[in-house]
Amino acid sequence: MFKYLLKRLAQAVLTLFVILTIIFCLLRLMPEEGYLGDSYDKMTEIQRETILTEMGLRDPIPVQLAKFYTDLFHGDLGTSWIYRPNVPISEIVAEKAPISIQMGLLAMALSLVVGIPLGVFMTRFKDGIPDKLGMAFVVLVMAIPSAVYHLFIQTYATEWLGLPMLFKEGDFSSWILPTISLSLYNTATFALWMRRYMVDELNKDYVRLARAKGVKNSAIMARHVFPNAFVPLIQTIPSMILLTAMGSIYVESLYSVPGMGGLLVDVIQRQDNAMVQALVLIYASLSIVGLLLGDILMGICDPRITFTSKGGAR
Amino acid sequence: MKKFLDGAPNRVSDHIEEMISDKDFTFANYDEAAAERVTWSDYSYWRSTFRVFFKNRTAVLLLILLAALLLFTFIQPHLPGQRPATLINNDPETGMTLFNVQPNEEFWFGTNSIGQDLWSMVWSGTRTSLIIGFTVALSEVVIGITVGVLWGYVRSLDHIMTALYNVLDNIPQTILLILISYILRPSMSTIILAMCLTSWLKMARFIRNQIVIIRDRDYNLASRCLGTPTYRIILRNLLPYLVSVMMLRIATTIPEAIGNEVFLTYIGLGLPVSIPSLGNLINTGRGMLMYQSLRYQLIFPAIVLSVVTVSFYIIGNAFADAADPKNHM
Repeated sequence: MFKYLLKRLAQAVLTLFVILTIIFCLLRLMPEEGYLGDSYDKMTEIQRETILTEMGLRDPIPVQLAKFYTDLFHGDLGTSWIYRPNVPISEIVAEKAPISIQMGLLAMALSLVVGIPLGVFMTRFKDGIPDKLGMAFVVLVMAIPSAVYHLFIQTYATEWLGLPMLFKEGDFSSWILPTISLSLYNTATFALWMRRYMVDELNKDYVRLARAKGVKNSAIMARHVFPNAFVPLIQTIPSMILLTAMGSIYVESLYSVPGMGGLLVDVIQRQDNAMVQALVLIYASLSIVGLLLGDILMGICDPRITFTSKGGAR
Repeated sequence: MKKFLDGAPNRVSDHIEEMISDKDFTFANYDEAAAERVTWSDYSYWRSTFRVFFKNRTAVLLLILLAALLLFTFIQPHLPGQRPATLINNDPETGMTLFNVQPNEEFWFGTNSIGQDLWSMVWSGTRTSLIIGFTVALSEVVIGITVGVLWGYVRSLDHIMTALYNVLDNIPQTILLILISYILRPSMSTIILAMCLTSWLKMARFIRNQIVIIRDRDYNLASRCLGTPTYRIILRNLLPYLVSVMMLRIATTIPEAIGNEVFLTYIGLGLPVSIPSLGNLINTGRGMLMYQSLRYQLIFPAIVLSVVTVSFYIIGNAFADAADPKNHM
């Protein structure tokens, strides 16, 4: 087990390093006005060059890369140029992250609490009306681009329920809609996969045996089918939590939630290269950490996964 | 095994002998026709697939609807009496711009805030979005299959490709999409490029896994022994297995691509406003939500978008179910 963890961790670190390097190199191609802000048009070519050289952007890429990694190890993500001039990015992120994390965790809890039982319920009444309704919900949420239904939820739900349209920190009622919107996609995902895995399990021989032995249906579901169907889902939960917690890009900017997702849209629109770089790198690292945690969790929960290699297995 | 034969069974067979006598048996007549009959099944993979698919009434209905919609989208500009999508309409008598006109007989979907006919805009936008979707899906299939087949079939490539896949697959797709669109100037080709960049990964991995499973089956071994060239084995023996998967991926990639276009437009990295697309229409319609009377400007494009994406999604899944031999009873 320990050896596996170490190996998996090393692999994750290596992947992270490769990906950060790739993304960093790609980001060198960013439009240059993003480093200079509004004054770009007023500057002469020489002024621009001087500033860019001073920022180290004319150095060869390996030098820039080395500087970037040294800064990163000191916890320095660079400074913002346009969004909030000369404020360290880590400070801005530290300010924005807590709201995203709170809302993300809330939404994640909601989708677990709603999605898993919905999937079980749909399996229980397979091919019946509850199943069809549940499936319709899943298809709508999965197939229609979220930008569209988030918009309609915002417009009509605020009108009909009298909820506030924009986010205000102390006001609990302004949390409701963004949290629900944020949870919808994950809820549908959980319901869909829970149903699929449970139906798969129900068709297996051990369930038939249990039935033949006269085990009660509810006991089969609760003791055998549910745990076996839930295990494959566990793997996806950490990345979902991490990415939801970092804020959905749509929802946050729609409701003006002052979080990370809205921030990304903001800095893209204002072309603040340093901020875009930092945020993109943060998101990329989080998704790698999520996959790593998922694999580890899966290893802990599923006894069928062994950590010693068997001879002959590929 | 030996023990089994020596022990208990002997007692059983003795017992059986006591109970059975030859009188219970008669010789059957020899029937030549029956002897000639060979076990034969009229199972055909594609026929069964289509039979199962056509049993799904929702999917068939949506298929007809979608086919009609696609046909209409592409012939709409050639129909009589259609206005160009980007034309700004003026009142022929007063010369005033007809902006924010409510849907009426003249303008079926109304006009937008600068007087363009929303009916033409919506169909033109659907065309743009579908072209993006189809291009992305097609390139995904082409790249995915080429890479997947090489990866699965050429053993010496397996190791390096797997390592490469593990790295690439870890890059979040949304982030890459944002990044590429941010670096390159927004246009049709950059949007398509950004979407194609990683979408083929899933396809390639799937094809690779399938190929690894079937490449060493006996019939492929036989083909190889008979000296069939590799490209022929791949084209004739391996790829037909993968048609259903390709169809599913195409059917899910198109709505994904359309959704990604809407997303990119929303965060300000989409197509320029001069090119009508569903993303652009929805993004401009978003500003009209505050005014109850102008909501039609969002609702019409949103409905067309939803019909297209939901149809593709349901048809794709129904087809994938139908193509699964487990459902061919």
